[in-house]
Amino acid sequence: MSIESAKAQNLISESPEGSSLWRDAWIRLRANRLATFSLFFFIFISILTIIGPEIISISYESQDLDNTFTPPGSSHLFGTDNLGRDLFARVLHGGRISLAVGFLATAVSLVIGVAYGMTSGYLGGKPDALMMRIVDILYSLPFTIFVILLMVLFGRNFVLLFIAIGAVEWLTMARITRGQTLGLKQAEFIEAARALGYSHSRILFRHILPNLIGPVIVYATLTVPAVMLLEAVLSFLGLGVQAPMSSWGSLIKEGSEKMDIAPWLIFFPGLFFSLTLLALNFLGDGLRDALDPKSAKD
Amino acid sequence: MVKFILVRILQAIPTLFVIATLTFFMTRLAPGGPFDSEKNIPDEIKEKLEAHFGLDKPLHEQFILYIGNLLQGDLGPSFKYMGWEVSELIAKAFPVSAQLGMLSLFTALLIGLPAGIIAALRKNSAYDYFLMISAMFGICLPTFVLGPLLILIFSSWLGWLHPLGWYTFSDMILPSLTLGLFYGAYIARLTRAGMLETLNQDYIRTARAKGASPLRVVLRHALKGGLLPVVTFLGPAFAGLISGSFIIESIFFIPGLGRFFVTAAFNRDYTMVLGTVLFYACLIIILNLVVDIIQASLDPKSREK
Repeated sequence: MSIESAKAQNLISESPEGSSLWRDAWIRLRANRLATFSLFFFIFISILTIIGPEIISISYESQDLDNTFTPPGSSHLFGTDNLGRDLFARVLHGGRISLAVGFLATAVSLVIGVAYGMTSGYLGGKPDALMMRIVDILYSLPFTIFVILLMVLFGRNFVLLFIAIGAVEWLTMARITRGQTLGLKQAEFIEAARALGYSHSRILFRHILPNLIGPVIVYATLTVPAVMLLEAVLSFLGLGVQAPMSSWGSLIKEGSEKMDIAPWLIFFPGLFFSLTLLALNFLGDGLRDALDPKSAKD
Repeated sequence: MVKFILVRILQAIPTLFVIATLTFFMTRLAPGGPFDSEKNIPDEIKEKLEAHFGLDKPLHEQFILYIGNLLQGDLGPSFKYMGWEVSELIAKAFPVSAQLGMLSLFTALLIGLPAGIIAALRKNSAYDYFLMISAMFGICLPTFVLGPLLILIFSSWLGWLHPLGWYTFSDMILPSLTLGLFYGAYIARLTRAGMLETLNQDYIRTARAKGASPLRVVLRHALKGGLLPVVTFLGPAFAGLISGSFIIESIFFIPGLGRFFVTAAFNRDYTMVLGTVLFYACLIIILNLVVDIIQASLDPKSREK
């Protein structure tokens, strides 16, 4: 792996024109085979879950009561469940929901976290200390308990699910953004912008925000699997999406109840879910090394 | 040190108050009540029940009453388990959860520390890649997939262990392994990173130069600094073990506090929900404090601050 990164370094230094941060990062990412493979795997899974349910002939909710608990085979690729529903169709459809929750909730946490962290870092001084103290306190709260409580008490509301999960996951994002902003604030180009008399909002949005994108993308890539895991936990406790709709979490729950008769019912959703999480984590690690070579391990 | 601990305990008081307030109003504002689900209860009896537990009073009076009782250490009676105090129920269920958590943490350390140390010492070798990729799998294989799979293999197919319950020591193996593997994988990654950083330090080179054996260098010199990230992780890990136990307890039908909490929330057992949340919050605050103290004793730099 070290030879490849050395090659990547050579590529960068040999390129005649100045190359942008993004091109450098892309070259470094391509040198990391595991991360590149994860990226293509993830794109493949995304396309499969987005387009797949539209293409295959079987609907995720149609029941084939003559063929219940059919093992995986030619008629039903992943087999069927107790109601004769095709597992392949359900896994694809469930993936759509799981990924949608993952991305939307991450977006919620991104907006809250970046806005909070940027404000805190930019203001500095006492407001900063106070805002970070609040984050510290929130960190010590048993948040999963609150999310569970919220879902039990107010019903299985899809929008609420995004908001609840997003509200839990923004804390680390805020800390990272704040740290970066503190550093950037000292930079000469920010001083120059201030000397030119630009407004605070212009400095924040035009000068600081674009420089935050790297670390934020890295952390967001790692937040998506964390969010998907939390959604699956809720679904597993019976608090997520309801049948016949399904997410990977709820499919795993159903599968775990019937695995003595039909082990494939837990195997396929579990496999898709785990591999997607794995790919996102490898990709996140790769992106961190690519966008911030200094932090690269060993 | 004493001052540090005192400050932290004082800071915990407003935190706990916010948690109590939030949970109180969240449970009360949610639709449904503790005596709604029981069918065939005549209205008069329901009213009597509500009056008995003070649920007929205005919300703010109930809140003041609850906080007042709380300050005297009284969590109130459970609405669902008639005749039981919330504190009695917690005292009954928590030891089971604590046992599960301790065993899982022990399993995690037993797997994670050696794996991380070996991977760091044999950096970029086949061992390292194998261990770290396995660790990534361990992190990405959720407990609710791993747990049922272990049941399938070890009790349905091999017939070695019971799938459910919490009676003998053998019943504890699968749950602790399920919960412990995930944290073990995480600890392995952290240990590797921490050890790699420490092994590059000058004082390690000094220790090697003066002829300390490789084993002594690792155990006596590198481990202390290398384990810092692991200790830092223990705080969040405890919180995770607690919420992770909800899942494990529902997979393996273990009568722990996690299952009590989820059931209580479904039943709208207000006092039980509040009591459990506050208990968990206290536990996490205390455990975080303990972790910070251990961290300070390991890292002279953070002690001086």
